[in-house]
Amino acid sequence: MTDILCKTQDLKITFPHRLGDFTAVHGFDMEVRRGEIVGLIGESGAGKSTIGNAIMGLLSHPGVVSGGRIELEGENLVDLSDTAMARLRGGRIGMIFQDPMTSLNPLMTVGDQLSESIAILQDLPLAQARQMAADRLDGVGIPDAASRMGQYPHEFSGGMRQRVVIALAMAGDPDLLIADEPTTALDVSVQKQVLDLIRSICVERSLGVILVTHDMGVIAETADRVYVMRYGKLVETGPTAQVIHQPTQQYTQDLIAAIPSIDHREDRFRNPAKKTGEIDQWLLQGHKGEGSGDYVTASALTKDFATKKKSFWGKAGSFRAVDIPGLSIKRGEVLGLVGESGSGKSTLGRMMTGLIPPSSGSVRYGDHGLMTDVRTRAARKALRRDVQVVFQDPYSSLNSRMRVDHILAEPIRFHGLAEREETPRLVGALLERVGLPADSGRKFPHQFSGGQRQRICIARALSVRPRFLLCDEPTSALDVSIQADMLALLMELRRSLGLTMLFVSHDLAVVRQVSDRVAVMKQGQIVECRAAEALYDAPENEYTRMLLETAPRATGHENTQNMRRAT
Amino acid sequence: MLERIRSDFWYELLNSPVTVVSAVIIALMIIGCTFAPVFAPHTPFDPATISIMDNNMPPAWADGADPRFLLGTDLQGRDVLSAMLYGGRISLQVGIGAVALSVVIGMIVGLVAGYFGGMTDAVLMRVAEIQFAFPPILIALLFNGILKASLPADVFAQAAVPIMILAIGLAGWVQFARIVRASAMVQRGQDYVTACHAIGLPTVTIILRHITPNILGPVLVLAMLQIAVAIVTEATLSFLGLGTPLTEPSLGALIQIGSQYLFSGIWWVVIFPGIMLLVMVVAFNLVADWVRDYLNPRLR
Repeated sequence: MTDILCKTQDLKITFPHRLGDFTAVHGFDMEVRRGEIVGLIGESGAGKSTIGNAIMGLLSHPGVVSGGRIELEGENLVDLSDTAMARLRGGRIGMIFQDPMTSLNPLMTVGDQLSESIAILQDLPLAQARQMAADRLDGVGIPDAASRMGQYPHEFSGGMRQRVVIALAMAGDPDLLIADEPTTALDVSVQKQVLDLIRSICVERSLGVILVTHDMGVIAETADRVYVMRYGKLVETGPTAQVIHQPTQQYTQDLIAAIPSIDHREDRFRNPAKKTGEIDQWLLQGHKGEGSGDYVTASALTKDFATKKKSFWGKAGSFRAVDIPGLSIKRGEVLGLVGESGSGKSTLGRMMTGLIPPSSGSVRYGDHGLMTDVRTRAARKALRRDVQVVFQDPYSSLNSRMRVDHILAEPIRFHGLAEREETPRLVGALLERVGLPADSGRKFPHQFSGGQRQRICIARALSVRPRFLLCDEPTSALDVSIQADMLALLMELRRSLGLTMLFVSHDLAVVRQVSDRVAVMKQGQIVECRAAEALYDAPENEYTRMLLETAPRATGHENTQNMRRAT
Repeated sequence: MLERIRSDFWYELLNSPVTVVSAVIIALMIIGCTFAPVFAPHTPFDPATISIMDNNMPPAWADGADPRFLLGTDLQGRDVLSAMLYGGRISLQVGIGAVALSVVIGMIVGLVAGYFGGMTDAVLMRVAEIQFAFPPILIALLFNGILKASLPADVFAQAAVPIMILAIGLAGWVQFARIVRASAMVQRGQDYVTACHAIGLPTVTIILRHITPNILGPVLVLAMLQIAVAIVTEATLSFLGLGTPLTEPSLGALIQIGSQYLFSGIWWVVIFPGIMLLVMVVAFNLVADWVRDYLNPRLR
């Protein structure tokens, strides 16, 4: 076929290591045609980004292409010298990176960066390049492009910045565009616009686009064909709709089944298998008055953050990050809190758990009264025991210098929940309860994977026998198959221990799976707060509706959903 | 991904011959100097064992040398090699002692400033910056001078080593305070510290058990570098005649003694202690560089 723009043939990429070489990609075949978006999907460690980097000739040290070919219109890129490769980069191959915050030079105006690239890549005088740069910015949908040329990257929002990055990638009029997780750092409402832009550029200029992502929703909405990867090998390939709706391989089927749906609630999350044991007896001990009614009630809660002073003598301004009249969570209820970045959802979550003090207003706990009244050391200790947190980043939330059993034993010992001799056995039982081997406590956190570390974090939160758990984006850093396990674990713990939970996430689909009620936040305020099913099925607020409509759906919208369930 | 295994330390170390050589030199110097009375062929500062008849002997391989004195003797007939071992002992004591003092002060100030921030941080770090504006040698001179003026002469002479440790240690804590403060501020924002708050752990426990072990890496690197600096500072003070007394000379004092005879052809009295000082300082620097690279996984 002549219209094949880029192809890899039996591509093998190796990272040499003294304990034996690590092969990141084994024999990968792929074809990209002009005017086509090819999706490359896989979980972390699948080798998808490595392939993108190899095509660009930007493999990170010490990786090498140890076999096979990468062809761009018949020319083998593997044999090219570094200088020849450098000429191709930007010129015939453009790249869009994940994080628009770090892929632009913060000290250069957007116009300078773009016109410099155009001048170099197209060999034009700078004045002409500037003219062209303004047109290009206009072309990627930046309003008032000519006047925004003189602004610095920090003056642009995340989505606008990613548009600039796309304009930069297009500076040399490339034939092939590699987009590595181009929307992962963006909010859903912006994500759709950026994907639409990539789509339209691809069609208009008949480019080949390789879209590297972990998100099946992004692939479903954008790619024409998809390659599913696992452990550096190709699992399955075909037209997107076919792979998503009739996957032939077990792995692809599992992967698609693990994606939580935004359109309905999966039964396995609602009615998880109930697991009880001796450890649950221990975990349930020592709580007074179960009762009913609200466990946490926030009233007239606000949080202000100081902003930079305008001048040296000027007064510091403030920015109201959270401003809500009231919010309560019933005993044993899971309240989902969704919102885009900067909506104040994490700040609200942390105020509800007493980790940061509110600027005004109060939080009342069922058993402890007002948080601001908890002044004695003993009372504060009792409160801290009942309220625990699971964080987003499983890497920074464990002390890397402490052994796991010490991490888990410390809170038990500190709160005097068990005798010294009894503690190691309890630590083992806790680890088993969250699905890890009882003897894994002898290892250090870095010896575990992200999902395992998140289980350790959950075990640590459980170790003080809490009643209320804040989950702050607990699955956002995890692969989708691990995310499903984690949600199942949290729901199962919630049922058997009767935990009250505040579940904070930007991911509407995840929140739907776990929440009884959902609150939607926008710019520090709650715009809608209702029972989950009602809110998702018939959103009353305009903003909620927009969020639900723009969220990418892996399995398409309702009609295709039903088709899949029928098969 | 590739599993990091424990023997990485030895693998990385053995892959850097320069570091191995430096580490061996440091080890030999520490052993040789610590057990100077055992290894030294003579007791250079015991008047009973030295003879003025042996003065100004050249090194063993030169003409007119005495094989008893491997690196020759000085004007009073003291064995240069033995004097170097005894002198090196003082230099190492002062270097390591002074850095230990700097680390303790710097860690306390840095942890308090970095963890609590705000006003506490502002006050502590302004004090540190004021001290940082003065050259450390000047501060060491100042402390040394104050102690010399306020203590009787014989006490001062006897306590020369602790006084040097105090003077140089007090001059060097600021760098540790700054690096610890910066690391503590980073660690304070990590989720594991927030998790400690959620558990309700007291501040002291959070700082000592959780934050401190996570900031020891950069402190270790700086300490290795600062040992070399402290040794040089001590040598400079002794060279200026403000450090150790001539009856108990450190390497710096030996160089000062020898420098007076350099132009009369008696080169060995100054050159050998000079080489020893140089090698000691370079070895500490090279090991420190390697430790920094080892602790920074991005460079591997």
